[in-house]
Amino acid sequence: MALVRAHVLICTGTGCTASGAKNVLARFEDELKAKSLDKEVSLVETGCHGFCEGGPLVIIYPEGTFYTRVQPEDVAEIVETHLLKGRIVERLLYKVPLSEEEVPTYEEIPFYKKQHRLVLKNCGHINPDSLEEYIGADGYEGLAKVLLEMTPQQVVEEMKKTGLRGRGGGGFPTGMKWMFCAASPGPKKYVICNADEGDPGAFMDRSLLEGDPHAILEGMAICGYAIGADEGYIYCRAEYPLAIRRLKGAIAQAEEAGLLGENILGTGFNFTLHIKEGAGAFVCGEETALMASIEGKRGMPRPRPPFPAVKGLWEKPSNINNVETFANIPYIFRVGAEKYAELGTEKSKGTKVFALTGKINNTGLAEVPMGITMREIIFEIGGGIIDNKKFKAVQIGGPSGGCLPDSLLDTAIDYDSLIAAGAMMGSGGLVVMDETTCMVDVAKFFLNFTQAESCGKCTPCREGTKRMLEMLTAITEGRGEKGDIEKLEKLAVSIRAGALCALGQTAPNPILSTLRYFRDEYEAHIFDKKCPAGVCTALLDYTITDGCKGCGLCKKVCPVDAISGELKGLHNIDQSKCIKCGACQEKCPFKAIVRA
Amino acid sequence: MAIKSLEDLRKIKAQANQDTEARHNNETQIIIGMGTCGIAAGARNVMTAVLEELQKRNLHNVAVLQTGCIGMCQKEPLLDVVRPGEDRVTYGPVTPTDVPRIIAEHLVNGNVVEDLVVAKISNKA
Amino acid sequence: MVELATEAEWKQLDELLDSYRGKKGSVIPVLQQAQEIFGYLPKDVLLKISQEMNIPISQVFGIVTFYAQFHLEPRGKNIIRSCQGTACHVRGAKAVLKAIQNKLGLDDKNVTTSDLKFTVENVACIGACGLAPVFMVNDDTHGRLTPESVGPILDSYL
Repeated sequence: MALVRAHVLICTGTGCTASGAKNVLARFEDELKAKSLDKEVSLVETGCHGFCEGGPLVIIYPEGTFYTRVQPEDVAEIVETHLLKGRIVERLLYKVPLSEEEVPTYEEIPFYKKQHRLVLKNCGHINPDSLEEYIGADGYEGLAKVLLEMTPQQVVEEMKKTGLRGRGGGGFPTGMKWMFCAASPGPKKYVICNADEGDPGAFMDRSLLEGDPHAILEGMAICGYAIGADEGYIYCRAEYPLAIRRLKGAIAQAEEAGLLGENILGTGFNFTLHIKEGAGAFVCGEETALMASIEGKRGMPRPRPPFPAVKGLWEKPSNINNVETFANIPYIFRVGAEKYAELGTEKSKGTKVFALTGKINNTGLAEVPMGITMREIIFEIGGGIIDNKKFKAVQIGGPSGGCLPDSLLDTAIDYDSLIAAGAMMGSGGLVVMDETTCMVDVAKFFLNFTQAESCGKCTPCREGTKRMLEMLTAITEGRGEKGDIEKLEKLAVSIRAGALCALGQTAPNPILSTLRYFRDEYEAHIFDKKCPAGVCTALLDYTITDGCKGCGLCKKVCPVDAISGELKGLHNIDQSKCIKCGACQEKCPFKAIVRA
Repeated sequence: MAIKSLEDLRKIKAQANQDTEARHNNETQIIIGMGTCGIAAGARNVMTAVLEELQKRNLHNVAVLQTGCIGMCQKEPLLDVVRPGEDRVTYGPVTPTDVPRIIAEHLVNGNVVEDLVVAKISNKA
Repeated sequence: MVELATEAEWKQLDELLDSYRGKKGSVIPVLQQAQEIFGYLPKDVLLKISQEMNIPISQVFGIVTFYAQFHLEPRGKNIIRSCQGTACHVRGAKAVLKAIQNKLGLDDKNVTTSDLKFTVENVACIGACGLAPVFMVNDDTHGRLTPESVGPILDSYL
């Protein structure tokens, strides 16, 4: 057997697989064999790097060369030129938007340079199906240290010292949560991992589960030891089939190795884990609803208290944290609370993973220290707005969050500054919007979502979201009236105060924050019957300008015969017939049709 | 594989680090000229010999890299040895039978195999 | 045209029920797997689950109608999950959905083709926002879609 001199890491996370990574992998297998390199070059499947935009991603070591958008037909060249002859295939390197500068390695790409990857450290760098590789990357060392050197009380105390706050949205101090549950009496307790990542625009939990599943298991086991639980559940969305498969594999490996199960590391500590697949209800991300769902009931929230720490799953004390929170735990216990707390701001410690999406050049996952500004994330890591358009707003925190305008781009981000600005951390989804996004339409979009996902148990949420959605729909269709804005505000405040759970309480946030920062857009819809961004079709008019050469293409494509005109003469659109489908504008070779 | 103690865990960690060492930054390097001329002169066999020798001697944390033609085609196959903080030494023409000697004397013991040297490049340049 | 459940399918259901007998909180996994067997959840199947698990049919029905994953009507062989999440929304998911519906002759109300080849569902975020707009066909995720790219993708499932 010869030494393995090179590793080819291929991301087979959901994003890269969608871009064709499996075919690239298969081609690599064939080409390496054909060139008799398969003994000295090893092929490794990895989880998500969080740079899905550039997928399929391939990294080749020892050089650390980072190839993007690799297609099966590129593989032969990579094998021949890089793996055999040692020369980099430059055309496949990542290119910086605008400057077109080629970047050879991972660390030098602006997208990664500004990041501080603690939680995502292993994602994309180890084989998630290999327990050995996780251990090689310091895995299970935190658990060993906790079990062998610390008492459960010390573990809870250490957690309190980190200042870690729940990464699922609310930002409740994790150490306090553990303390409450540890203090609850009873021999039977549960640890629950909330992997029901439902916020549209957030996918860090999926990436963690797919790319580093053992970290979640280790975090949960440490929590189990701290609070005195010997059993845990991971509640994962059924929409994440790959995450579920990787978790199942990881649990089986850990059990076989004795890192889960009975008498772990000979310490007498027992801990078993189960996976529950969610059945498609956003409200199950709420902790009491999630536990009802594990019990096999309709996933509806119930009033708190009693809190889960006192009465949770099957009426037993339970501690529930989100995926990203658990992923922080192994690192914390490896390096200690003090070192961990060096990162971040006074009241928000550590890092946060944001999912950058929308009208931005580099979409993907960015892990940054708390306290960084939105401008740094969007323009330095995210590479700015697509097509150099003007930034308008960033929506943070999903349907529970809010939209922030450019005047707040320089605010240091932490849990408290975001709440002061009318948004919230939420799960960390950042959807970037440019001048072509209509903020009333965005508010309507979120209300549509929360209204559909409202479980219907409490009246403020069930009826209130429906009424708010009706009003927003009327406004975007040109039926808005004077006084609508005030009515919306009043209703929003009542729902926030009256709803049973966080879904309802935060449902008005998208409306309130857009009203706060983009009130003029609402007014334009209501009073001028115009949509300034040109999104709300009912408020748009298509007209033909003097640029028309009379080619007749628009007339041909119009599905309702609304366009008239002689060949080579100026054409005209009959507004009473026009259905505003936009087909004519798309077809016009002279850009002579405008939408306003 | 059962992990019953911290020692078991550390053992697996050490093994895993060896298995993935090509992904780490290794300052000790063997660089083989794999240009068209190098391959024509037999560089592929030299590469195989290097990998086998490293494996046989259980040497770790050595990066095996390739490079293109450096314009000394008459001396191919060329093989460079880089040790941290020392000059980069180019050997050539190297045959697979020279490989064990270069690895033993230079890579392991730090003594340059003078009779095969083509050039030395100061790392201070 | 509803295809009648086969004997083999009923046998699988029996085995499924046996494997979960006496385990607490198992009605959702049972329903999930029953749906995998039958493709949807016909009334007779729900009645059987209710009887065997000793749960009132009203409660089973309540669970089935609560979760988006469960279906009381037969569904197409290929399930298209068209993502309408935020990132996809701002990158033109609506136009993509329209293109799918036009291609298959469906609309927001009629979601399954009459030959039971395709069912189109809207989902909120499948977590592939980096490639927006996206949809899933069965377990395959397709990204960076345009209305024009939809046709060839769907054809490949025929």
